[in-house]
Amino acid sequence: MTGSMDLPAKGGFNFDLCRRNNMLEKNGLKLPGFLKTGTTIVGLVFQDGVVLGADTRATEGPIVADKNCEKIHFMAPNIYCCGAGTAADTEAVTDMVSSQLQLHRYATGRESRVITALTLLKSHLFRYQGHVSAALVLGGVDCTGPHLHTVYPHGSTDTLPFATMGSGSLAAMSVFESRFKEGLTREEGIELVSDAIRAGIFNDLGSGSNVDVCVITKGKTEYLRNHQLPNPRTYASSKGFSFTKGQTEVLSTKIIPLKQKVEVAEGGDAMEE
Amino acid sequence: MARFDPYENNGGTCVAVAGADYCVVAADTRLSVGYSILSRDHSKIAQLADKCVLASSGFQGDIKALQKALAAKELIYEHNNNKKMSCPAMAQLLSNTLYYKRFFPYYTFNVLAGLDTQGKGCVFTYDAVGSYERTGYSAQGTGSALMMPVLDNQLKSLVLSYCQLRTFNTKLLLVQDAVTPLSESDAVDLVKDVFASATERDIYTGDRLEIVVINSSGTHRECIELRKD
Repeated sequence: MTGSMDLPAKGGFNFDLCRRNNMLEKNGLKLPGFLKTGTTIVGLVFQDGVVLGADTRATEGPIVADKNCEKIHFMAPNIYCCGAGTAADTEAVTDMVSSQLQLHRYATGRESRVITALTLLKSHLFRYQGHVSAALVLGGVDCTGPHLHTVYPHGSTDTLPFATMGSGSLAAMSVFESRFKEGLTREEGIELVSDAIRAGIFNDLGSGSNVDVCVITKGKTEYLRNHQLPNPRTYASSKGFSFTKGQTEVLSTKIIPLKQKVEVAEGGDAMEE
Repeated sequence: MARFDPYENNGGTCVAVAGADYCVVAADTRLSVGYSILSRDHSKIAQLADKCVLASSGFQGDIKALQKALAAKELIYEHNNNKKMSCPAMAQLLSNTLYYKRFFPYYTFNVLAGLDTQGKGCVFTYDAVGSYERTGYSAQGTGSALMMPVLDNQLKSLVLSYCQLRTFNTKLLLVQDAVTPLSESDAVDLVKDVFASATERDIYTGDRLEIVVINSSGTHRECIELRKD
């Protein structure tokens, strides 16, 4: 065909299959679901730095896919990021920016700044026009002080003293709005964050299981994985379960013996080491 | 244009297991809408007659309406026949009531359970429009797909039922004869474990488990705590 050129892929999403997918959906095809984190994530600024918190439940519709996943992602030794939305998107975007920050650290010879991570994230998300469904709470301490930001899937950001995101954000925000004040101590900050996450865990069905906390101060970061475990299994049969032969229905059995083919070579060279 | 949707799923799971002379009915007590919890203490089990209990999950509005309708029909039956309704009779009545609304269904997933006229445990399982079957055990609701395979594995008995079909020439394990050989306490133990497991993976199931045991001495109720997240 004259006049048509095969242009090289410019990167970003390829929307060629959208019309086909819409047609298939209209004809009754059920699209596979995405693993969403259906989450509660929070962050607050206290007197020595920032505290981040997250729950640990990942859902696929009404089913819990992972009871203990990690939603607080590493960005830099002094910067961590909580992610809500589509799990693959939050994982991919934080990994990508984390790598970019490391390269930047090698180039500049300096500790990463939170606004650098913020700008990299927001420009990436804006370029994808909201199709990368990642809602983030970014926090860290750098040479200019402690910082806390929220990043929305379309690329807008806010700079706040305390923030919550995810399906449990309203439950968590109610705790923050009622008890937050400037100049909290480390213990007060951790307790307030844990209480906010627990509000999300117990009142939001999309959040659950355990509380993860991350405390970032000048020169030191503490990642408190499973800081609280308020949801142990309530009952386990003491008898246990036995799965004996015959309990599972076998409808039919077919055994196909495979013919063995062995070739014996006469003489031949000895195998080299 | 957003059209008015008359239905809502309030979540939850119901289970019943029939024994030789008892019946165990259990349901969680969580009422939810969307991602929120409306109540942690809402019973899904209704007593329709002294040896007959209905456990329903689905749309709470339709569940309440259905329970009222059945209670009224039960009373009329008592007045006309001078006796209380038996469990199998109630089973047929429920099926007819559901099918009456075949073209604007009750959004309810029901398990009717109790003791039949011989005093043996019976469990009837329904779909939303009244198709029903007498079985030895059943689970309905949001967590049913998580529970049924475990119940099938533990309660379907190879010994009792054996049927050879010409086409497959296989042994089929029949659910209807699986009036479980388990003792009452073992059945309750199984139900508790299976609910604790479903609660781990289904967000709509949790808070508290209400267990009702029906036997010759009457109806006994028990509650245990489940995960609240």
